[in-house]
Amino acid sequence: MGAYIEQSLGLTNSLVFILSAAALLGIVLGFVTYSIYFQRKILGWMQLRIGPNRVGPLGLLQTVADVLKLLLKEDIIPKAADKPLFIIAPIIAFMPAFGVLAVMPFTESIHFADVGVGLLYYIALSGITVLGVVTGGWASNNKWALIGAMRSAAQMISYEIPLVMSVVGVILMTGSLNLIDIVEKQKEMGMWFFIPQFLGFIIFIIAQLAELSRTPFDLTEAESELISGYLEYSGFRWAFFMLTEYVYIFAMASLTTVLFLGGWLPPFEFLGFIPGIIWFGLKFLAIVFFIFWLQATFPRMRVDQLMQMGWKVLLPLALLNILITAVLKTVL
Amino acid sequence: MSSSTELRTEEMLLNVGPQHPSTHGVFRLIVKIDGETITEAIPVIGYLHRGTEKLAENLNYTQIIPYTDRMDYISAMSNNYMMVHTVETMMGLEIPERAEYLRVIVLELQRVASHLLWFGTYLLDLGALSPLLYAFVDREKILAFFNELSGARLTYNYMRVGGVKWDAPEGWIEKVKEFVPYMRKQIQDYHTLVTGNEVLINRLKGIGVITQEDAINYSLSGVLLRSTGIKWDLRKDEPYSIYDRFQFEVPTETAGDCFARYKIRLREMEESLNIVEQAIEQFPKEGEIMAKVPRVLRTPQGEAFTRIEAPRGEIGCYISSNGKDKPYRIKFRRPSFANLQVLPKLVKGQNVADMVAILGSIDIVLGEVDG
Repeated sequence: MGAYIEQSLGLTNSLVFILSAAALLGIVLGFVTYSIYFQRKILGWMQLRIGPNRVGPLGLLQTVADVLKLLLKEDIIPKAADKPLFIIAPIIAFMPAFGVLAVMPFTESIHFADVGVGLLYYIALSGITVLGVVTGGWASNNKWALIGAMRSAAQMISYEIPLVMSVVGVILMTGSLNLIDIVEKQKEMGMWFFIPQFLGFIIFIIAQLAELSRTPFDLTEAESELISGYLEYSGFRWAFFMLTEYVYIFAMASLTTVLFLGGWLPPFEFLGFIPGIIWFGLKFLAIVFFIFWLQATFPRMRVDQLMQMGWKVLLPLALLNILITAVLKTVL
Repeated sequence: MSSSTELRTEEMLLNVGPQHPSTHGVFRLIVKIDGETITEAIPVIGYLHRGTEKLAENLNYTQIIPYTDRMDYISAMSNNYMMVHTVETMMGLEIPERAEYLRVIVLELQRVASHLLWFGTYLLDLGALSPLLYAFVDREKILAFFNELSGARLTYNYMRVGGVKWDAPEGWIEKVKEFVPYMRKQIQDYHTLVTGNEVLINRLKGIGVITQEDAINYSLSGVLLRSTGIKWDLRKDEPYSIYDRFQFEVPTETAGDCFARYKIRLREMEESLNIVEQAIEQFPKEGEIMAKVPRVLRTPQGEAFTRIEAPRGEIGCYISSNGKDKPYRIKFRRPSFANLQVLPKLVKGQNVADMVAILGSIDIVLGEVDG
């Protein structure tokens, strides 16, 4: 891919770009389909159940059937809803989720854009999603949806700050915002960033769960309180919101892999013969599993406790982490 | 800025229920919220009212029993017993030993089953998905015992005036005996899996505090009363059936909050298991399961009120009789209904998430609230 980026835009390379973007979309959709299956299976095993096993062999086609059902459903827009906003909200939510993947380096050769400020691009773009969620909540003209939207706005904005602050340590150590440089630096140091940046790593993991609205921070769609967030949405519009959520899991797990777990690097030098993409995949899956695992384990936090934790605990710790990193970098 | 575009805030009126996953049935709560803080809550009940008391006036005593099953359908055994106990008291019947032991065993197993269901659904309300499934697996074992006894999983129709309808099948007592240590171990598992969880403790501690004074003024009973530090359990304080023969503790807490109620319910399960264990030890090998009762049950003219300790609190039955085989008037004291009255006071000033936690900790069954 790198070679194509250097060239001036022509027929061949633009075709390559379009096709590979479509391929990535295919991979992402495949991931979403099977991560839902995977999630349901994991939750099932952890909860003394079997999980989906009826549709297709081992239930592998369950999600496909669910998506088909959603596609076939009647498209309902509530009478009192703000129609244009209601229609555009799922799109606003989804676009950035897919857009952030452009800068994600899966291996040293498989990546779409080699942006100098890749990390900044990721953070900036992912911040837009909350707009889609708030718009959706507002446009539904439903009180429950509105509360859900307000919660998610408060939550995502509050947690974006510790999330960004926690990666500053990584940036300081690398001296670059480029995601490929970050991985190269880890190779150079011979150590993945989750060891020297342990505090940052922990903060990042917690803040990322809040960003993704996963348990124990799944307040936006707290089923038992708010009857799930986007409750006026049905059919494919609803599916779009769900798709956004899982694409973000894909993106966040990839980002964590790149920032803290050494991207495509093997854990030991002698294992270098195994291709980087496999290492990337393994680390990535471990994080996805971790996210689902928590879902089976934790109750939900309360909204004010969540805010307090974000502002009073995570943010000061993240700032402390920056300070320590900066001091160590100057001294050493 | 012109006056029409000026910023203004107003309270939002939110309808919680009757179709809402955390109201545990068709309960409706109209809440006024300011941001996420509840300023007022008005409960609306009656969506499941079936007029059991009125219907019972046209039924003879044996026919009323299945109707009591459907009031508190989570602990139908206690309801069965509550009704037949009053009739037996009026008629002055002597109940055979074996029947009394069978009754105590099923009543206490029922308490465990009821608290298990509460445990699972309460944690589901708080956003934890897994405990529900764990609790249901264990509850299902108890329901299987009841199924063997009475042929039903929920609405047993098991008690009769003068005893119980069916004797324990062969091997049943042994199976229950094996179940007791298993269940004790499970409760320990629940403690390690759930009780110590920081998020859970933060959600429950100091939430929905009931004072002793309120508890008495609102006529609360059961776990809600004991969570305020008042040691009152009818099994100990006004022993009915053969409860005076067993050694057991009455767990109390003094905090009066949701966490106190959580802890009491889990400890009550252990105490119930102790009672079941003792009852199995003392269980008479043979004997009648029904007293000698006349073919047509007639209560003597007059009135009577008896009450028992059900999983949700004191459940009582008042019968006014004019000497016929049907009650002139029957009235049930339904603990869910009485306990629910304290809800508006508890949720005032709390936020929406706490409302769910408080409502769950009261442990209502709508069939019983609406009667």
